[in-house]
Amino acid sequence: MKTEKPTDFAATLSRLLRMMKPERALLAGVFAAGLGYVATWVTVPLIFGRVTDLIFTGVRGTGIDFGAVGTSLAWALAAIVGSSGFAWVQGRLTAVVAQRLAFRLRERSADKLNRLPLAYFDRSPRGEVLSRVTNDIDNVSEALQQVLSRITISLLTLLGVVVMMFWLAPTMALLALITIPVAIVITRAIAKRAQPHFKKQWATTGELNGHIEEMYTGHALVKLFGRQREAVATFAQHNEKLYKAAFRAQFVSGTTQPAMSFVGNLTYVMVAVVGGLRVASGTMSLGDVQAFIQYVHEFNHPITQLAAMTSIVQSGLASVERVFGLLDAEEQRPEPLSPIPLGTVRGRVAFENVSFRYSPDKPLIEDLSLSVEPGQTVAIVGPTGAGKSTLVNLLMRFYEVSGGRITLDGVDIAEARRSQVRGNIGMVLQDTWLFGGTIAENIAYGVDDVSRERIVEAARATHVDRFVRTLPDGYETVIDEEGSNVSAGEKQLITIARAFLADPAMLVLDEATSSVDTRTELMLQQAMSSLRQGRTSFVIAHRLSTIRDADVILVMDSGRIVEQGSHADLLAADGHYARLYAAQFAQPVAA
Amino acid sequence: MTDEPERRGALLRLLRTHLRPYRGSIAIVVLLQLAQTFASLLLPALNADIINNGVLEGDTDRIFSTSAVMLAVTLVQVVTAAAAIYFSARTAMAVGRDVRAAVFERVQTFSVRELGEFGAPSLITRTTNDVQQVQMITMLALASMVTAPIMGVGGVIMALGQDVPLSALLIVVVPTLAVAMRLILRGMGPLAGFVQQRIDRVNRMLREQITGIRVVRAFVREDHERERFADANGELMGVALGVGKLMALMLPVILLVMELSNAAVMWFGGLRVDAGAMQIGALFAFLHYLMQILMSTLMATFMILQLPRARVSAGRVEKVLTTTTSVVVAENPVTELPRPGYVDVRGAGFRYPGAEQPVLHDVDLIARPGQTTAVVGSTGSGKTTLLNLLPRLFDATGGEVRVGGVDVRELAPATLSSEIGFIPQKPYLFSGTIASNLRYGNPNASDEDLWRALEIAQARDFVEALPERLDAPIGQGGSNVSGGQRQRLAIARALVAKPDIYLFDDSFSALDNSTDAALRAALAKELGGATVIIVAQRISTIREADRIVVLEAGRVVGTGTHAELMTTNDTYREIVLSQHTVEMA
Repeated sequence: MKTEKPTDFAATLSRLLRMMKPERALLAGVFAAGLGYVATWVTVPLIFGRVTDLIFTGVRGTGIDFGAVGTSLAWALAAIVGSSGFAWVQGRLTAVVAQRLAFRLRERSADKLNRLPLAYFDRSPRGEVLSRVTNDIDNVSEALQQVLSRITISLLTLLGVVVMMFWLAPTMALLALITIPVAIVITRAIAKRAQPHFKKQWATTGELNGHIEEMYTGHALVKLFGRQREAVATFAQHNEKLYKAAFRAQFVSGTTQPAMSFVGNLTYVMVAVVGGLRVASGTMSLGDVQAFIQYVHEFNHPITQLAAMTSIVQSGLASVERVFGLLDAEEQRPEPLSPIPLGTVRGRVAFENVSFRYSPDKPLIEDLSLSVEPGQTVAIVGPTGAGKSTLVNLLMRFYEVSGGRITLDGVDIAEARRSQVRGNIGMVLQDTWLFGGTIAENIAYGVDDVSRERIVEAARATHVDRFVRTLPDGYETVIDEEGSNVSAGEKQLITIARAFLADPAMLVLDEATSSVDTRTELMLQQAMSSLRQGRTSFVIAHRLSTIRDADVILVMDSGRIVEQGSHADLLAADGHYARLYAAQFAQPVAA
Repeated sequence: MTDEPERRGALLRLLRTHLRPYRGSIAIVVLLQLAQTFASLLLPALNADIINNGVLEGDTDRIFSTSAVMLAVTLVQVVTAAAAIYFSARTAMAVGRDVRAAVFERVQTFSVRELGEFGAPSLITRTTNDVQQVQMITMLALASMVTAPIMGVGGVIMALGQDVPLSALLIVVVPTLAVAMRLILRGMGPLAGFVQQRIDRVNRMLREQITGIRVVRAFVREDHERERFADANGELMGVALGVGKLMALMLPVILLVMELSNAAVMWFGGLRVDAGAMQIGALFAFLHYLMQILMSTLMATFMILQLPRARVSAGRVEKVLTTTTSVVVAENPVTELPRPGYVDVRGAGFRYPGAEQPVLHDVDLIARPGQTTAVVGSTGSGKTTLLNLLPRLFDATGGEVRVGGVDVRELAPATLSSEIGFIPQKPYLFSGTIASNLRYGNPNASDEDLWRALEIAQARDFVEALPERLDAPIGQGGSNVSGGQRQRLAIARALVAKPDIYLFDDSFSALDNSTDAALRAALAKELGGATVIIVAQRISTIREADRIVVLEAGRVVGTGTHAELMTTNDTYREIVLSQHTVEMA
């Protein structure tokens, strides 16, 4: 995968480490077990060296002392079993730490989602937020598991091996250590040469995938216009470019391994020669040379491991950084310290000189005033971008007003808890959101512990019951992720049933219907109007019938209410509404 | 992703076919890997020689000369290894390229039906990620899978060369390691599957919470969602911890087997040396070979770990490559149309394989140049399917479809596609510019042609308002223009190609009433001699049609003009009335 680099490595890392604080005891355990592992393990080559010396002197002298060999091997056995045990404990503890940390990151991100203002979701592309809470967190937990388990072992092993090498033969150890900078220089040089090829590989992969995606999604068009040959020709060009870039990238980066083993082999030859000379001159025992060779071997291993981990660490930290970015995003305004309790309201709503803006220079709503009596239906009409949705978003306290106030039964909604404001308002959006559960669960979404009878009752009142009964599993039909087993119109009906069951004092409805056929639309309309009975309703209206029946029509344009009144009044006034009406509905079917 | 049963042997079949052109390179890779492995196996033997003949005899010249040989062998090793990687990378990437091209070209032959059966997203994954997997396993196979057995066998031979009786240890040690690793990995297999399921569940919940954030807040369900998520999150942690703990066994097991076998070699080797059957240098070399054999065993085990994913991917790729299109081009296709603009559908039927009910049953549709024919019916009545039969997006499973006086199955694809202009329900634009999209069906059209088409399609005004006008960039799928603009551009695109027959599949739905009316008026004026077939929801769109065909559950239940159908046809009347109520109530 593409390795991304975090922008501030140190800060992100130290913050991640701070997050591990609750696991301090476990981390200490991880470290202690790792230390135990290395301490026991480094003695093994040494003991084997002793055995070699015993055999060596035995062969040259009076025969091998198998009693001494046996004792030594018994010690080795104990060290082997001990170090394996430590390694096992270390691995298990690491898994616990890594998984707890991943758990906490997920938990915090999910909690954060609930505290972010809606503006955050409206401003950043949906896919972006999603990718942070899913892909990035997955990446982090994967990296944590891999890195945490290996990094302590690798570092401690490296340390232990170096200590042993110097203890056995300092000059030879120095010789062996010289190869480290050589290895680093070589891998760096290779990585540097491979980098542009990798970049090119990712860029061409992007181009190729883009072409594939377009040609497959627009497949019918390619066929209709008979352009398959051009599609294949363009593909072949991208494909060839990708082949060349990928081949070079793979080859250049692939030479790292032979280069590293070359360096390793050089060390091996060097140690063999110097060690051989020293044994021959009697300044070092054969067993010590053997032990030394094994340390050299084990010394290369953690280095390659650590090198392999750098890309995992980098991409993991880049993900962590993005998750932290989410966790640091500004939250919605805290609830008032002593909120005014808001029970079930009657539904009198007043907007008093309300204004709203995202950024200071771009007012979205300006000086808007409005009062609505309980039970009235308010139809909001106007062109796209007029501020219709903003108006209801302010009422729901999805956005906070920048000036003026909104009252509900005389209480400023900013002085009450959000949950109490929203609990009074039912909402049906054009974007029909259902979660992956059964139809019954979806209808019952807004309320706790509701009986099947009440669910069915709500379904009957909103035309849901009829089509649910035609489904093989009825109310237990599971809505899958895309909701493909239920049509768009039926989904909308379910959202209406959901609001019906919640039985709120007020309603916010968005009428814009996606392409549903006319008969379904009729049902939708009937369901919505039965839902409106006796409730103060704000309707972003598209249907003439709704608009005509409304008690108040608000005509909005550029964040202001430009006209307000009943259908007849507004037609008579011959202003905005009359023009809008003429444009939208002047060519109805001749009766 | 593993939604289909694994196709046994798919990976082998796929590789066998696509590796064939690279037999030469593969042979070179194998030779180079042999040389490379041999060189690295030689080093311990040379070291043993240093000990036996140099160190023990105190012969420093021997030490220097042998180490010079060791250096040379090391050089040979690095050069051959690098060359092996060169050829492996070239072959593996070429195989990836070839498989990818084969998949893409196969998909280009698919009809809309096969594409729909796979689904575009699934085909995209198959062409990109799945091929990538196959490419990766090829690289791995050439770079390491070839070496593991060479190293293993070579190590055994060299070990035997040092001392035969001691080599009996291998019979115990190697299977022990292999079996222990298999046990751990087998335990991890299903657990890894569980982990993926839990991850999917957590991700699904988060996705739901983000897409449904307004609903969650409107219904004050934050706490409920938090609890739901905490459950899923906890479950994921539990299963992932299981895998982590099993994985923690890996290092200790490897360590235990390796070091214990070292100890065994020391003990039994000591006995052999004592008996004078073996030199002490050989003991050194033997230890080395044992490690190499065990390492290659480990390498092979990890390689096997990579196989399942590649196998699944290969199966998914093979599924595409073995799917044949249902729309077959005739052997000697007709390229001349005797009656351009004539559409005659007689008794056409369409049924998905295995479906109980046909989508279309015994449908007749006639359209003539200069006339407008409309098709109406509720959702699911088969209108779009009927329209799709004309340009052969798929083929009728019964009856006959004639365009321009010829059965579409006899027509050359190019002739058919230039005869028909189709404006789909969900218009799709390609990334590029407005001009490149408009010229899609007619690359030679002049700028005037484009502007004219835009004018008829009621798109001239908004294109003129763009700073780059015709060269204004279009994002993938047309994401940077509104639905209505997209629809008008798609209409203009069809107009530029100047076909004899126009098919409008509910192409006016995203337009407001006044634009819809202006567009229809312009089309009526400009398309005088063309054949027009319109599928529409809005009755106002099709009232003036010369002939209206009413579909209900895949059957024609009425044909006639608006006035005729209003008096004779119940279904038609019901559709008209339901709209009437919606718009006028």
